[in-house]
Amino acid sequence: MITFRGGIHPPEFKELAEEKPIEVMPCPKQVVIPLSQHTGAPAKPVVAVGDEVKAGTLIAEPVGMISAAVHSSIAGKVKGIEPWVHPVLPVPTKAVIIEAAETDELDPAIKPRTQAQIEKLSPEEIREIVRDAGIVGLGGAAFPTSVKITPPKDAAIDTLIINGAECEPFLTADDRLMREKPEGIINGARILAKVLGLERAFIAIEHNKPEAIRIVSEAASKVWPAAEVLTVRTKYPQGAEKQLISAILGREVPAGGLPFMVGVVVQNAGTAFAVYESVAKRKPLYERVVTVTGPGIAEPKNLLVRIGTLAADVISHCGGLTPSASKFISGGPMMGIAQASLEVPIIKGTSGLLFLDGSKRLFKISEEVNCLRCGHCVGICPMKLVPAEIARMAEYEKLEDAERWGIADCMECGSCAFVCPSGRRLVQWIKYGKMLIFAERSRKKERK
Amino acid sequence: MNSEVKDTRKFLVTPSPHLKAPFNVKMVMYIVVIALLPALGGSIYFFGLRSLWLVLISVATAVLAEFLMNLAFKRPLETCLDGSAIITGMLLAYNLPPTAPLWMPVVGSAFAIIIVKALFGGLGHNFLNPALAGRAFLMVSWLGKMTSGWTLREGLGTTSGIQVDAFTGATPLGVVQKLKDVADPNLTETARQALNSPETLKALFFGKVGGCVGETSVMLLLIPAIILIAIRVIDWRIPLAYIGTVALGTLIAWLFKATPVTPIFHLLSGGLMLGALFMATDYTTTPVTPLGLWIFGIGCGVLTVLIRLWGGYPEGVSYSILLMNVVTPFIDRYTRPRILGESAAKKERK
Repeated sequence: MITFRGGIHPPEFKELAEEKPIEVMPCPKQVVIPLSQHTGAPAKPVVAVGDEVKAGTLIAEPVGMISAAVHSSIAGKVKGIEPWVHPVLPVPTKAVIIEAAETDELDPAIKPRTQAQIEKLSPEEIREIVRDAGIVGLGGAAFPTSVKITPPKDAAIDTLIINGAECEPFLTADDRLMREKPEGIINGARILAKVLGLERAFIAIEHNKPEAIRIVSEAASKVWPAAEVLTVRTKYPQGAEKQLISAILGREVPAGGLPFMVGVVVQNAGTAFAVYESVAKRKPLYERVVTVTGPGIAEPKNLLVRIGTLAADVISHCGGLTPSASKFISGGPMMGIAQASLEVPIIKGTSGLLFLDGSKRLFKISEEVNCLRCGHCVGICPMKLVPAEIARMAEYEKLEDAERWGIADCMECGSCAFVCPSGRRLVQWIKYGKMLIFAERSRKKERK
Repeated sequence: MNSEVKDTRKFLVTPSPHLKAPFNVKMVMYIVVIALLPALGGSIYFFGLRSLWLVLISVATAVLAEFLMNLAFKRPLETCLDGSAIITGMLLAYNLPPTAPLWMPVVGSAFAIIIVKALFGGLGHNFLNPALAGRAFLMVSWLGKMTSGWTLREGLGTTSGIQVDAFTGATPLGVVQKLKDVADPNLTETARQALNSPETLKALFFGKVGGCVGETSVMLLLIPAIILIAIRVIDWRIPLAYIGTVALGTLIAWLFKATPVTPIFHLLSGGLMLGALFMATDYTTTPVTPLGLWIFGIGCGVLTVLIRLWGGYPEGVSYSILLMNVVTPFIDRYTRPRILGESAAKKERK
């Protein structure tokens, strides 16, 4: 079966939510929509306190090349534009706070296009639609999609991969979306292929999602037979862009480079669906599917949630936390970010809210002892790095050595820390090293 | 705040990943301890209960020394039972002659733990294999006691595995070494035939020959080691490279008549199996890069062959591994694997 070299097999825990159909969560009474939900510059607000908005109304526009538009996710009144805790960024960042109106209304601009209208759209027009809809990669990194589908002129793109691997344990949002909206995803793939000048696309799904594989394959044969479903082995991090490309095409994305350099564009399945909705329904990205799961939540669910909904509201909708819940993670267990506050909002890149407790040894932070130099991390590193050495170099602040050994190529997937028998905080040290290198660079720039 | 149920509990915030395989140092160490037990059983059978006493005294000394050093250096005390000191104690005793005086494992283990391990920073920080360094220390201090006293339990036959009177009390490799100085061609030929006979090879495989406490039985070392490799506790590269190199080297030597015994004899005799399977695979003192592991194994093999064929000692496993331990940091440094997406040309980024 198709796969990459290295990687790990953590327990999947998908059973908690994989059979829960996507449920539409009712509108919350208030949403907090950060202006920075994407890689790149924060968006600039175009509304003021007191303004009335509808669901889907533009509230902030992109600034510069790499940025994304932000839309209101409910109908209501802007109550404030002020700093708020953010699920990814370390400090509170500016967010638009909107109080819900009595009734939820969509922005009047949101109305479907006819099939004929869709067919007539040029690649340039589609890019504009995607950009105006504020679509970003929904797999987690939240890179602006319009930028990703505008490769440099000299890049010869020959392959589009729709990423439905969903290799993070616990998460089932993409699985459910693939099972419930396969036509939308395939139509989205078709639109993306058109933009890139391609005639076909691959849809990669991990082996542990047989239903999704079956349903998407069937839908593909009806909607767009040029979409080929590829079953990839269930292995973490199968869904990482570079690993997926290596698995499917045997191509290596240059270190520090992007997939377009080897002629590939990868889009998450959820992103493909968002693209479809933006084109076919003129719908901006103001809601997404989020998996609320883990042993710490009373009723695990897959929810269609408005962007900006606070975690606390999602939790009450899922029956509250269990008494033993002790850890709250935005995202999956391998790369997700532990949260201190239930006041954090759902943002475009939030694939899951995960609640862990101490019920399993797997969830506990193990005691840290000296590195044994056993080399397990070297064998499983999907980037072929030597995590133990790089982490040690970062720990002792030997930054030049760390750079030479490829610290920048580490994607922080956490496979090394997962297997480490010494319980070394490998990812933490590597993040620390990157931070120091970044700080050093900024200092040097300033001096110049 | 709109939610009806306000939850005010505090959450644990740690960096990702938030899952950790329930597999730790202690488990690894005790798995290796268990894998070393069959050889101890064999040793008791071949050499008598004294083997057990040597091992127990050695292990007790190692654990006690680790405890005292933890106390002195204010390290967590309980790590003396993490299994690593037990392995050091066992391996040190496995490298002693079965008739060694009972104070020898005390001195050897104490040296191994205190000087070689604790003074360099403890678990994971020593650059020499503690048990082998302890053995080397005993060798240079009490050479006679470390290289004699090869006796099997009564009724088990000769220590050399062959019935030639000139070689009583020698180990099989000891006979090979002595042959270098034997002038009588008849005696040489008789011994050569006896050494290469199926009976001798069988005795070597099962371990019914003279040798150190835990090194003689190929069978009782190889089977547990294969299991360790299968469950990925030890990496296959070093054992394969080491044993393969010795096989190839001695084959060439045998073809050119530089050694009186076949490569099979070389593989089955001496401390090669114990060394290649359990000491050259020590995590801390061997490389972490895949290419480094190959280089380490091949280096050990080349040195072992050189010492056996032309050295002053009959056996060269321990010194080979110690020498390769010393160069391990350099091997690691110059064998960084190619990063995914890194072109071969760019490998030498300034």
